Amino acid sequence: MTDQQQRETESVISVRDLWKVFGPGADKVPRSPELAALSRRELIDATGCTAAVRDVTFDVAPGEVFVVMGLSGSGKSTLLRCLTRLIEPTSGTMMFGGQDILAVDARRLRELRRTKFSMVFQHFGLLPHRKVVENVAYGLEIRGASKAERTRRAMEVIELVGLSGYESSYPDQLSGGMQQRVGLARALAVDPEVLFFDEPFSALDPLIRRDMQNEVIRLHKEVGKTMVFITHDLSEALKLGDRIMIMRDGAQIQVGTGDELVGAPADDYVRDFVQDVNRSHVLTLRWIMRPPRPGDPMDGPVLGQDVLVHEAVRAVLAARKPARIMDSADNLIGMVGDEEIFGVITSTETVAAASSRPVTVAR
Amino acid sequence: MSTATTPTARDGGDGAAGSGTPEPVEVGVVVRGRRRLTTAAQVAVVLVVWIVAWAALRGTHTLPLAPSDLTSLHHSLNDARDWVDDNRNSSPIFLYVFNEIRVVLNALSQMFMNLVAVPPEGAQFPRLGWLGVVALFTFVATWLGNLRVGLLTLVGLVFLGLQGLWVPSMETLAVTAAAVLVALAIGIPLGVLAGFNNRFDRLITPLLDFMQTMPPFVYLAPLALFFGIGLASAVITTLVFAAPPVIRLTAHGIRSVNKATVEASQSLGATPGQTLRGVLLPMSRRTIVLGINQTIMAALAMVTIAALIDGPGLGKNVIKALSTVDVGTAFNAGLALVVLAIVLDRTTTAMALRSEGGSHTQRHRSPLARRVEQWRRPLLGVGAAITLVAVWLSRTYVAYAEFPFTAGGTWDLGRHVRRGADSVTTWVQDTFPVLSEGLMTWVTRGIIDPLQALLETSPWWLTSIAILALAWILGRWRATVPAVICLGLMVWTGLWQDSMITLASTLVATLLVMLLGVGVGVWMGRSDRADAVIRPVLDAAQVLPPFVYMVPVVALFAPGRFSAIVAAVVYAAPVAIKICADGIRTVSATTVEAAVAAGSTTSQVVRKVQLPMATPAVTLATNQGLIFVLSMVVMGGLVGGGALGNDVVGGFTQRELFGKGLAAGLAIVLLGIMLDRVTQAASRRVGRPGR
Repeated sequence: MTDQQQRETESVISVRDLWKVFGPGADKVPRSPELAALSRRELIDATGCTAAVRDVTFDVAPGEVFVVMGLSGSGKSTLLRCLTRLIEPTSGTMMFGGQDILAVDARRLRELRRTKFSMVFQHFGLLPHRKVVENVAYGLEIRGASKAERTRRAMEVIELVGLSGYESSYPDQLSGGMQQRVGLARALAVDPEVLFFDEPFSALDPLIRRDMQNEVIRLHKEVGKTMVFITHDLSEALKLGDRIMIMRDGAQIQVGTGDELVGAPADDYVRDFVQDVNRSHVLTLRWIMRPPRPGDPMDGPVLGQDVLVHEAVRAVLAARKPARIMDSADNLIGMVGDEEIFGVITSTETVAAASSRPVTVAR
Repeated sequence: MSTATTPTARDGGDGAAGSGTPEPVEVGVVVRGRRRLTTAAQVAVVLVVWIVAWAALRGTHTLPLAPSDLTSLHHSLNDARDWVDDNRNSSPIFLYVFNEIRVVLNALSQMFMNLVAVPPEGAQFPRLGWLGVVALFTFVATWLGNLRVGLLTLVGLVFLGLQGLWVPSMETLAVTAAAVLVALAIGIPLGVLAGFNNRFDRLITPLLDFMQTMPPFVYLAPLALFFGIGLASAVITTLVFAAPPVIRLTAHGIRSVNKATVEASQSLGATPGQTLRGVLLPMSRRTIVLGINQTIMAALAMVTIAALIDGPGLGKNVIKALSTVDVGTAFNAGLALVVLAIVLDRTTTAMALRSEGGSHTQRHRSPLARRVEQWRRPLLGVGAAITLVAVWLSRTYVAYAEFPFTAGGTWDLGRHVRRGADSVTTWVQDTFPVLSEGLMTWVTRGIIDPLQALLETSPWWLTSIAILALAWILGRWRATVPAVICLGLMVWTGLWQDSMITLASTLVATLLVMLLGVGVGVWMGRSDRADAVIRPVLDAAQVLPPFVYMVPVVALFAPGRFSAIVAAVVYAAPVAIKICADGIRTVSATTVEAAVAAGSTTSQVVRKVQLPMATPAVTLATNQGLIFVLSMVVMGGLVGGGALGNDVVGGFTQRELFGKGLAAGLAIVLLGIMLDRVTQAASRRVGRPGR
């Protein structure tokens, strides 16, 4: 709980009870408890309205990569557009750095978009009639930067995303991956506080997608921006996200770190979702350790509870005896033996069933 | 387009500047080698040099020709006309070709005329009286379409009668029917052939382009010469203009039939003929019927214009009203044309829908419609019986043969229409003098006069050099070569100065068209509501024959150059607006969203994203605007637009000016080809990457 409160006070973005309903008389839906309780399908039948985002609440901490994940139609893109008010939310509050975004006028909103937010789009949204450098400089151009300055900055960012040499090409001469690098550069050029990604890599080939994901991780390390990332790809979410929010039919199902989602799915929907994940790459030892039993050999290797299972495999199997899990104060908090390791690697079900609750929750 | 996508084609900034961005945007760091002047700057340089030279040389070498003066070319054209007149009944080419065609077409159209409009020789009434016509058409519309269009036909036809325009309407209908019949008889087989045979398709496509873009007035006079004034010429003129849509759409329909279905048919051992009849034609029926629909609409518009060569029908009423600036009468006749157009359009559209075929469309109908559908057969039977009785009545009793119309009676709707139109015109004239006077003075003094002075009084060689320089800048060889040829031929026609005056008016009209096109187009492209309101108005304006709104325009602005320009703008603006709006609309939503998300203002989105990305559409709209404006030049001549338009009209009306009129028609075509090639070449260079 203290963690939660801390997040609220420090958060860059703080969203409370956000609703977006499309259709006639949309604003009635969030206010009426009966209507708000209906499922999406029932709501359409009853009122003709579609609830794209239903009562979503979350915070994003500075420097965090916050991933919103869901299948198509789950409302994740609408949610993202609500955050920058490309779509006006129906109700709720959104604070950005202590400022109520919903209260600002059009001029101030434009100001925020020009300086604080940037967005990267699934289908790039590049200007085909402009060269790469002019595309990257667009955000600076519309806020009135001089040509020399915006060109200088654009060239810097082009270098940063690894497009040097292509600055005077036109977008249609570049591959999809390179076009998205231009989109990324355009977003970075204005030096925003927050980057919004709307399924930026879904339109790319798998190999290029992996490249671009690594690129984002690298950029995140280098520039340390807060990022809100939308995706429908769980492995992408697990790879990039500090925390992940899973959405379904407009509602948030679970918010948590990757290992929390895999180790303790909130419901069958999430469990289904994470079923095919390679658990040993997501779960840490904390999720699989068992309490020490009398007779356990106490000379096995010592491991921390945040070590990933697949990193511990070799150590545990080589020692031929269970590893002792110690917390930071050097107290023994659990044991991990062959059995636990094999449970994760060979089967997907047993672990999930055996440890639907972690042994220790504190983190 | 192909060269534009290779990186080497873009040395320097000439490509970027053509994209319509307000500032030249090439980047110093990036550009290697020398900087070049942007396209806009080059154009400006040419214009400045031209104006300076004009100031020094004005009034020399302008190749003027007084209205009654003729060149040797005009004389020889007159001689050719005289030769044709003299040998019409002796030369074999006339005896065996033109006269034969004329006889056949005359007989065909005379047959339709006698059926519904004019009494056959020796008779007192047409073969079908009004009641018979109304009943028959209503029945056919219900049978081939549905009950709704049947009722529409009934009301529409009776309305025509009550306007006091029964006979001219029927004449228009008869000539339209004859022309459409011939157009379909020729067009559908040609379309099928073009659908099958790529080489034939490539051969015929430019020809069809030419037929559709050439102003009808240009071939009106030669056709009248070869086929004589009257029915046959009217039918052929209409045919030239109306056949292309059905050919194109038939070919398109055949081509777009699912390949797998055709292969399936072939693999079962069907002969080409069987595949055509059993698969291709039925599956492309809807597209073909759409082509028939467009052909009918084009024919209707053209039959009106054919009144200029003594084609019968409503067009004559309009032209007569035009010469006396009788707004009421013109509007009444125009309304009749619109009613006819609506009836024919809705009926053929309903036919197209029915030809879609039964079961799958019926499932989605309302219960009432389904019940009507159940009763369809018996109802049709009853309808057929009533129709037969009506036809018999109309052939037996005078009251059912001649439309019982009494001028000035209670049911004289025409009177009300005329009065309404007259009073609206008077009201506008009285209430908005600013509109008629102020606008006219402002545009005339501010734009038309200076431009016309430059073009009219520059030495011909100076103007030619300037035009060629502009063509080179805008379109390189593709633009320059046609411009050289066209300018040369224009000098040869002996009508250089008139051509330049017409060019000035055309450019001004096109400028106004594009202001409207971009302005309204952006508005429509960005707002669904604006689109929903404006689009039907544009559709209506496109159906309306230009004659009809010439009259109120003349009433508002007085006959003369400005009226001609306004009429051309009214004619051309709908097309330009639609193309621009569609261009704005097709700009990728993501790109617009990206621009908004970056914090662009609305005007930044329009200027920096939507308009530049819609550049191909805007250049296309300019091109079409120019062609449409040019095709109104002769129409403008009818209201004293001056220059080439007057020359062509003079050629119709005065024997000794025939040759000059023909040459003027040729000059219009030359202007059209030149402007078309230059704008197309420019759009090829400007409308680069992205597509």
